[in-house]
Amino acid sequence: MAKKSLMRRVGVLAATLTTSLLVSAQAAEPIKIGSFLSVTGPASFLGDPELKTLEMYVEKINEDGGVLGRQLELIHYDDVGNASSARNFAGRLIRSDQVDIIVGGSTTGATMAAVPLVEQAGMPFISLAGAVTIVDPVKKWVFKTPQSDRMAAERILWDMKRRGFDKIGLISGTGGFGASGRKQTLAVAEEYGIEVVADETYSPSDSDMTAQLTNIRNTDGVDAVLNFGFGQGPAIVTKNYAALDIQLPFYQSHGVASDSFLELAGGAAEGLRLPASPLLVPESLPEGDPQKPVVQAYKEAYEAHWDSSVSTFGGYAYDGLMLAVQAIEAAGSTDKEAVREELENIMGYVGVTGIYNMGPDDHNGLTPESFRILEVQGGDWVLVE
Amino acid sequence: MFSEFLQYLFTGITIGATYALVALGFTIIYNASHVINFAQGEFLMIGGMGTVAFMGLGIPMFFAIVLAVLLACLVGIALQRLAIAPAKNADVVTLIIITIGASIFIRGIAQVVWGKDYHVVPSFSGDEPIRLGGAVLNTQSMWVLSIGTVLVVALILFFTRTLIGRAILGTSMNKLAAQLVGVKTQMVLMLAFGLSALLGSVAGVTVAPITFTAYDIGILLALKGFVAAALGGLGSGLGAVVGGILLGVVEAMTAGYISSEYKDAVAFSMILLVLFFMPRGLFGARTVERV
Repeated sequence: MAKKSLMRRVGVLAATLTTSLLVSAQAAEPIKIGSFLSVTGPASFLGDPELKTLEMYVEKINEDGGVLGRQLELIHYDDVGNASSARNFAGRLIRSDQVDIIVGGSTTGATMAAVPLVEQAGMPFISLAGAVTIVDPVKKWVFKTPQSDRMAAERILWDMKRRGFDKIGLISGTGGFGASGRKQTLAVAEEYGIEVVADETYSPSDSDMTAQLTNIRNTDGVDAVLNFGFGQGPAIVTKNYAALDIQLPFYQSHGVASDSFLELAGGAAEGLRLPASPLLVPESLPEGDPQKPVVQAYKEAYEAHWDSSVSTFGGYAYDGLMLAVQAIEAAGSTDKEAVREELENIMGYVGVTGIYNMGPDDHNGLTPESFRILEVQGGDWVLVE
Repeated sequence: MFSEFLQYLFTGITIGATYALVALGFTIIYNASHVINFAQGEFLMIGGMGTVAFMGLGIPMFFAIVLAVLLACLVGIALQRLAIAPAKNADVVTLIIITIGASIFIRGIAQVVWGKDYHVVPSFSGDEPIRLGGAVLNTQSMWVLSIGTVLVVALILFFTRTLIGRAILGTSMNKLAAQLVGVKTQMVLMLAFGLSALLGSVAGVTVAPITFTAYDIGILLALKGFVAAALGGLGSGLGAVVGGILLGVVEAMTAGYISSEYKDAVAFSMILLVLFFMPRGLFGARTVERV
């Protein structure tokens, strides 16, 4: 008796399982979006807002009916800012999770570690990291959403030229960001007819840069000063700059384009300029600006959902996800070659970071003009026309 | 020309005073146990971040500092009770490794509780720098220097004039002998950790207006502070201050007159040179090993 009822139960269970499997197979499988981000660890200020953005928008897209009538499924791993675990996770996404596209890679190191794997597997990959090496030379399967540091340098030099500065003093951090920024600035300065007459550095752990700034101040003919750096270093440079009472125009890089930098540097930041995403000044964008509604919508949605202020880095993830969705929709399937081709064909996509025009020889699709020049006035960012 | 030199000197003193204050923190625990406490940087961090956190609750700055320092002392005592005391018979190297583990642990907790952002601690007496002979000096550097001086004098008096101070020194020289004459060595060690946390957190608050503060500021500060302590002679209060200021001035002069690229290289070469000829540092004890 007991045995029989057990048998029957097993039978019922098996039947239910089979039907449920059949049903799910019928109701189209979800589109799998893979991601590896530096959610914790030293680069968590990048990965944390990126993951929050991805989670929030995947949920939102699913509520609105998904993509091609299929739901999105986000599979993500935390690489802790470590390139070798980024590589492992990329491998896992490709082989065992069998995702349809990867949107991730918070740092250049993590991205470059995953590049050989995605190239070999033929997996469309949209990176969220900065360095120009990711898309130069162009790699068939690799795209990226943030502007490169070269564009930041170009934008700053363009603004300097516009204001009639020919000779500048450069001070940069020796960390990865500052060192790369220094290299790019020196490389493009000549194109803009600008001469770097003083070239100073500081290490990320330094607590005072007065000596370097004194040297720049005492160099003959300096018209303006540029600091390329990241973290608390540039804030210290800004404070020292003000304490030394240097009257030359002062520029920072996009690396410190955040409200927390203003908090750290305080009144010393008054008057400095930097290139930044329009995300910092959504209200002051002119009415006709195509990016204005996109930027405002993202900022409002993010801040309402997470109760924390929006960051430029989350914007990269927003653009990455939206580009992926647009390419899949255009391809009409998740066929990898078709999606890759559609990514390459994207023209005029208006994102948070800028307006993307991809091409076979441009897997970033942005121009230096996507950076807005901001100036600190009265303790807040103001858009410079 | 002279104003430049003065500026480099002031900058060096500002940087050096920070190193010196951090270096002092290593002294007490080293004197008590010959352990180099790698969680010393975390005491600094608790001083700075604690002050920011308590001020965020609306507590006036002075009381916020007092609370942060108390918090650091509690953590210091807890560190000794929960991590060092259970391993009391382990040798010094093991204890040093324990302190490294503790520092990672404390940093992790701070990251979760206080977040990962950098924060500002206001200067003790305004942001307006002092102008002198064409050079500028931060008022906060004066605070760092004077608090450093007070702490050195206090430390010297403590170790030479008070019973507890001498008990601490005795414990480090010969633990067994100290026990035989009635020194409660575990108690002494606990006290040493508490005091060292107090010193560290005071240093942390004092340098925070210059360096900013964050959950991981301890690593940055403690590394150079340790180098300064080794240069001056581990265990010597005066050595810590001289070592710190020497290191700072050499760095600033190199950055000013040679190149900022070589700043760290020149500073570290100098340390190698000093330690090669004077292995115990500039003011280290000249003890003779009796066989």
